[in-house]
Amino acid sequence: MKKIINTIYLFMVYAFLYIPIIVLIVNSFNVSKFGQKWKGVTFKWYGELLDNDSLIQAAIHSLTIALISATCAALLGSLMAIALYRYRFKSKNFIKGLLFVVMMSPDITMAISLLAIFTLISIELGFFTLLIAHITFCLPFVVITVLARLSGFDIRMLEAAKDLGAKEWTILSKIIMPLAKTAIMSGWLLSFTLSLDDVIISSFVTGPSYEILPLKIYSMVRVGISPEINALATVMLVFSLLLVVISKWLVREKIR
Amino acid sequence: MKTKCFNIEKLIIGIVLGWLICFIFIPNLMIVITSFLTKDDANIISLVFTLDNYLKLLDPMYVKVLWHSFYMAAFATLFCLIIGYPFAYIIARMQIKFRFFMLFLVIVPFWTNSLIRTYGLKSVLGTHGLLNKFLLALSIIDKPLHIMYSEYAVMIGLVYILLPFMILPLFSSIEKLDNCYLEAAKDLGASRWQIFRRIVLPLTIPGIIGGCLLVLLPALGMFYVADLLGGAKNLLIGNVIKTQILNMRDWPFGSATSITLTLVMAFLLYIYWKISQKIHKKVEMEI
Repeated sequence: MKKIINTIYLFMVYAFLYIPIIVLIVNSFNVSKFGQKWKGVTFKWYGELLDNDSLIQAAIHSLTIALISATCAALLGSLMAIALYRYRFKSKNFIKGLLFVVMMSPDITMAISLLAIFTLISIELGFFTLLIAHITFCLPFVVITVLARLSGFDIRMLEAAKDLGAKEWTILSKIIMPLAKTAIMSGWLLSFTLSLDDVIISSFVTGPSYEILPLKIYSMVRVGISPEINALATVMLVFSLLLVVISKWLVREKIR
Repeated sequence: MKTKCFNIEKLIIGIVLGWLICFIFIPNLMIVITSFLTKDDANIISLVFTLDNYLKLLDPMYVKVLWHSFYMAAFATLFCLIIGYPFAYIIARMQIKFRFFMLFLVIVPFWTNSLIRTYGLKSVLGTHGLLNKFLLALSIIDKPLHIMYSEYAVMIGLVYILLPFMILPLFSSIEKLDNCYLEAAKDLGASRWQIFRRIVLPLTIPGIIGGCLLVLLPALGMFYVADLLGGAKNLLIGNVIKTQILNMRDWPFGSATSITLTLVMAFLLYIYWKISQKIHKKVEMEI
């Protein structure tokens, strides 16, 4: 009896989480534009999605930003983690404090503070401002993932290398980097998804010259119902699921 | 050799420190300073010190908006806890091979853009949406419910988007719970309610507070959820800040609002830290 109640409960929560997504996916194949009644299967909306040049353009922009910012954040974040793990310097607590600020301060505060500095140095809002903002809010996640991996290291390994005369560069490139590779990769993946998903910070630091997908979607769904969005949601879900499966598979290969 | 290793170290620290100072330290400092300056229509701000921006927050109109925002976010957090706790508990007590699959299912929706999910929710909650059709078909209601553009829609939206953030910390703190305690209590004749009240609940408090913070803190800023589901009346603090900065161009007041928001969050985090420390000590002492 208890087991049945538990199962029903779990099922209801999953239903709550999944039904809105399933409705979107089903409606993306629905002939009816408003999606209140089922009027038959169509691929019309996918066609319209492909014809919507500005939407496709925004998707390409989003992917570009996500790829570059995830890569930069992974690099910079790994360097930061290495610096925090290996070196002794005065400003260590200062760096930790600033990372803590990024983690804890609300997105919207970070958004207006970045907009403030961009306005002050009067840089045009667009590609570069988006890139800087995305790298910055992804950083702490990479640092934490990589630092967690580095802390699990056997420190004697690094000492042995040093005793045998390895230079700092050799230690970094031959020991630390290869061992932290999976952590860096998962940091990259996390940054990539965070970057694709962000609405709050992007809506402050972007300009009309560089439209990205979440903001384009935002302006479309505010106006009303647009079935292309359903098609787009389906495509994005399939895309991110593929990404996850691929990443799981990559990690599994590594373990073997 | 010595100098070269010195150089790489310096270079790394330099890059890292430079980035953080340029894009975190200086911007935040600017916002703090701006919040004490006066609004100027021509130059955005003028360098006249004032506390007016903070005093303006005490204006009854803003107090009402901020309070309503806090109330919606707090209730969303409470609902997340009520829904999430039994859920996390059931999953954490499953066999290990099922546990991670069930958690995986919680995270999957998380990979779709949260904006798109909010939009999906909108089509479920609407007057002709799936929920109303379902309830009408079961004749639980005889007229469609008007959920959209009310505070309930905002709360449901926040719960929907943020539920995984509640479930994950709850799961990890319930999973850590040692079965010995529960069995010992059972052997000593404790009722199920007593076990929950005296053992499970106190030991999972860090997970509860952690989850509540992970939901409450972002909830206050999610202006797009309020925008899509709540209409013009049900604003979150995020909407207020956004309007002040992007539409009214009132940087000082927008900054003051966001600094206040940050301080409230910092205060809540501090309480969390204190409580979890206390519990840690208590548990250690009892063992």
